[in-house]
Amino acid sequence: MPNEALRTNSPKQLVNAAVKRDHGFRNEKSHVMDKIMPIALFLCAALSIATTIGIVVTLIGETYRFFEKIPFIDFITGGKWSPLIEPKSFGIWPLICGTLLITVIACLVAVPIGLASAIYLSEYAPKKARSIVKPILEVLAGVPTIVYGYFALSFITPIIRGLFADAGVFNALAAGIVVGIMIIPMVCSLSEDAMTAVPRSLRDGAYALGATRFEVALKIVVPAAFSGIVASAVLAFSRAIGETMIVTLAAGSTPKLTGNPLESIQTMTAYIVQVSLGDTPHGSIEYGTIFAVGMTLFVITFLLNIAAQYAARRFREEY
Amino acid sequence: MSSIFVDANRKQIAGRRRIDFALKLLFLVATSIGVMALMALLIDIITDGIAMVRPELFNNFPSRRASEAGMKSAIVGSLYMLLIMAPLSFLLGVGAAIYLEEYAKKNRITRLTQLNISTLAGVPSIVYGILGLTLFVRELHLGRSLLAGSFTMTLLVLPIIIVSAQEAIRAVPKSRRDASYALGATKWQTVSRSVLPSCISSILTGVILAMSRAIGETAPLVMIGALTFVAFLPSGPMDSFTVMPIQIYNWVSRPQASFQELAASGIIVLLIMLLLMNLSAILLRNKYNKLS
Repeated sequence: MPNEALRTNSPKQLVNAAVKRDHGFRNEKSHVMDKIMPIALFLCAALSIATTIGIVVTLIGETYRFFEKIPFIDFITGGKWSPLIEPKSFGIWPLICGTLLITVIACLVAVPIGLASAIYLSEYAPKKARSIVKPILEVLAGVPTIVYGYFALSFITPIIRGLFADAGVFNALAAGIVVGIMIIPMVCSLSEDAMTAVPRSLRDGAYALGATRFEVALKIVVPAAFSGIVASAVLAFSRAIGETMIVTLAAGSTPKLTGNPLESIQTMTAYIVQVSLGDTPHGSIEYGTIFAVGMTLFVITFLLNIAAQYAARRFREEY
Repeated sequence: MSSIFVDANRKQIAGRRRIDFALKLLFLVATSIGVMALMALLIDIITDGIAMVRPELFNNFPSRRASEAGMKSAIVGSLYMLLIMAPLSFLLGVGAAIYLEEYAKKNRITRLTQLNISTLAGVPSIVYGILGLTLFVRELHLGRSLLAGSFTMTLLVLPIIIVSAQEAIRAVPKSRRDASYALGATKWQTVSRSVLPSCISSILTGVILAMSRAIGETAPLVMIGALTFVAFLPSGPMDSFTVMPIQIYNWVSRPQASFQELAASGIIVLLIMLLLMNLSAILLRNKYNKLS
């Protein structure tokens, strides 16, 4: 191209050549990429929306077919769940009761311990202790749930059966405690994030008035970080509801309406696993129960997640 | 008169100091519970399973006899799944993150997508299993195959990868982009040659952590129908398969004590694999921190 420009004498041609050369600076390939990539990347992002739609559509479709055979009112009010054994009955409450029992035990373990750890890490701990404890909690969060399930069966259950003579091999207490241990890191790191976000000046103000460390922690930092703490507790609750392998292994498979943590129970997630392990023919009522129970589970966790996000915004202290 | 005040004041201060000290101990004890739980878990598993970690565990297929049983098919199944899942979820996840951070306009649809991603991260893994069972196994006729399992797990880890990649991209200073534009680069040239190279290691860290989550995940694959007794190696993506957590689940749910020990030894192998993945993520992070 430069040779071409030198050979011609007309200024107009020179300018044309220069313009042509400047266009050459924008290489053709990237020009094409700038047209294709935004669309390709958009499709990647749209996949997440498609996933949500996929989940909702599959759940609603099969659940609708299920409720054509089983009246919705029986499902939502019934107190007996035995879809696999005659006489069949389809009341969801025993599964919800089992799930709540596990979740409440788990939160009783995880929220106080997680919150106390968060206060220690953000207000008291020297740098060295933080640099040891935080990675350990991260490891605890990364342990697969199947490993926790084994831990519940082989370590916690024997201890509980030693303490309470009437506890079964499978009991809600052991499973609940281990689910609680599993969600400690989550409560701790989310609350700690909320506490670290409280500005230094608020603490300094309290210290200047002669407050001790715990007064600063409990009367200044915790109230200021309250929204984040509530959100972390709600998310932990939702996580405990959806936990599957620990409860499948350690809590048993007998759905019942009970508040006794020493008995064997069944959660919604454990029921879904139980059915999918067996040979249930596609299209049968038993197959439909997976989706009805899955739908219940999805709706509950979805509402809780929305509630957590709402809590994080609603109770936000302005500082 | 004034000395009484001072005395009362001193008493009060001493009392508050005592409460402060007691609470500090309480918080410390609470923190150490998490640490002790991890110790107990590791010690429990190692004492139960270390004797069964032997060559047969890696060379043999599952068997009815605990003394001969191994997890070769499960280890290979997990690795194959990783092989399909890692590139797929990397491309889709990082692509979505780039779109949201660099291209998307700040409007309602973008906010909705963002909200949707954080909600998806909170959906129980077993619900993804139900989705995979209906969509991949039945509707797309993939059957109970390696491919169906890998696709399901990809959907499961995508929200985690997207969020961590977004954080990595957001941490790249604006001046870097401006410099690239000032040199006349186009948007894609800026993103692909300036922004991504400067944050690729922290993106990879997030991807590796998400992969280690997927390797330990059991529930969705139980739903998909990954088999518990596979005495062969999958020969292609459409073959049936099993993975390590499912093999462990199968062993744990057997009543015999010898299978419990086998399960513990399987857990040791799984944990070592996760440890290696996490270690590589940490090394990558440290290397990056040193560079910048």
